[in-house]
Amino acid sequence: MKVIVDMDRCQDHGQCVFSAPEVFRLDDAGHLVYEADPDESLRDAVEEAADVCPLQAITVG
Amino acid sequence: MDRVVIVGASMGGLRAAEQLRAAGYEGELIAIGDEPHMPYNRPPLSKEVLAAEVTHAAVAFRLRDSVADVTWRLGTPVAAADLDAGELTLADGSTLACDGLVVATGLRPRRLPLPGGEDRRHVVRTLDDAARLRPCLTPGARVVVVGAGFVGCEVAATARTLGAEVTVVAPETEPMLRPLGPELGAALRARHEARGVTFHLGATVRAFTDTGVTLSSGADLAADVVVEAVGSTPRTEWLEGNGLDLSDGVLCDGTLRVEGRPNVVAVGDVARFPNPRYDDVPRRVEHWSIPTDTAKRAARTLLGEDGGPFLPLPSFWSDQYDLRLQSFGAPALGEDVRVLEGDLETEAVVGHHRDGRLVGVVMLGMARRMAHYRGRLLDDVPALT
Ligand SMILES: Cc1cc2nc3c(=O)[nH]c(=O)nc-3n(C[C@H](O)[C@H](O)[C@H](O)COP(=O)(O)OP(=O)(O)OC[C@H]3O[C@@H](n4cnc5c(N)ncnc54)[C@H](O)[C@@H]3O)c2cc1C
Ligand code: SF4
Repeated sequence: MKVIVDMDRCQDHGQCVFSAPEVFRLDDAGHLVYEADPDESLRDAVEEAADVCPLQAITVG
Repeated sequence: MDRVVIVGASMGGLRAAEQLRAAGYEGELIAIGDEPHMPYNRPPLSKEVLAAEVTHAAVAFRLRDSVADVTWRLGTPVAAADLDAGELTLADGSTLACDGLVVATGLRPRRLPLPGGEDRRHVVRTLDDAARLRPCLTPGARVVVVGAGFVGCEVAATARTLGAEVTVVAPETEPMLRPLGPELGAALRARHEARGVTFHLGATVRAFTDTGVTLSSGADLAADVVVEAVGSTPRTEWLEGNGLDLSDGVLCDGTLRVEGRPNVVAVGDVARFPNPRYDDVPRRVEHWSIPTDTAKRAARTLLGEDGGPFLPLPSFWSDQYDLRLQSFGAPALGEDVRVLEGDLETEAVVGHHRDGRLVGVVMLGMARRMAHYRGRLLDDVPALT
């Protein structure tokens, strides 16, 4: 599965982290880092993360 | 169930469609929307998008593949519903039968019940509202924002950032008083004032004049633009005549089933439901997290699944200038409000307690502590009888 976060939109809300901590996390400076090619088994969690992103910055392919 | 109709094609309606599919519903899905647009995200309308360019592309919701076969009937509202007969009547006179119904009609902004000034009066609820307001927020424009809730405060911040001369008029003693409490409200006001926003608190608008507004104090304020941000009312008029309790939104049980109607559920801002995390009082919750949470549960209720108690943790944020306010839980229910960490001049966590129990937190910055407090509130589930 391909995950793309539009970093121009992302405002480090971190809501995605609550839904899919295996894929998204905030670094020590509070900025988003993520796994761009996570395992298919995480699809439900990643779809949910994309739903709850306040900026709708996450695309799942 | 062969045909589910969703009335309201915004966030709640979209999430309901997605969740019905996720829960295994394979029948027909029709979503009817008053607005001409496909579902889009409202929060940026008072923030990023209002500060830049208001386009549908900038706010459109991503659609899951699972809702590719939903029929969207946009641009015509539902005018009436006969729930016994399972029939809806649209404003164009056409009718539509349904086996299952999802109520997702949200809110409409309240207006000041005063005549005059129509060409300069604005509200911010829809994309079209924001598109109409955006060109008026020019450097030096005199903007009066009526109401100091989150929409009023955000519009004030955005307008000020764009260079407008901004005055906020509100009857409360501090901005966002109910969710923030007096201390944090005062801290928020100080941030606005430091940027040059003027507040007239304890005041209301008495009249619109040729040049602006007259306040209850008698003072005249010149205004090129007046933004009415004085709250919202549920859009339930199309459900009248079915014996429902529509006194404040549509009354639901704890599973989002509309009281007394097995095939009708409600989601999002319009739904009034009890949250046993706090008590058994049904309430509406106007937070962005709620359409998603309620849709998940309502979809399963409509399909006849029993999912145990529904205890969503409300979550809300607001962006003003470089300041992020984030709340979890139900701070407005707390009567004992205390700073738990930090200080209000920089970054802080404010705890709202009821009967000694932490029922909500509001964070001013402090993003690194978010997971901690969210987890703490999430885990605090009272014993249910
Ligand atoms: C400017 C603004 C900023 C916000 N910012 C934040 C924020 O920062 N954080 C936060 O947590 N929340 C925020 N919110 C709140 C959040 O956007 C709402 O909670 C959310 O939009 C609710 O979604 P909904 O689908 O329940 O209702 P709505 O989005 O109101 O959708 C209801 C839809 O139903 C349609 N409709 C109504 N009646 C009919 C009818 N009879 N027939 C057909 N269609 C009908 C309406 O046209 C509308 O499209 C903000 C809201 C606004 C307006
Ligand atoms: S939820 Fe959205 S805005 Fe927040 S960190 Fe994740 S991608 Fe960025």
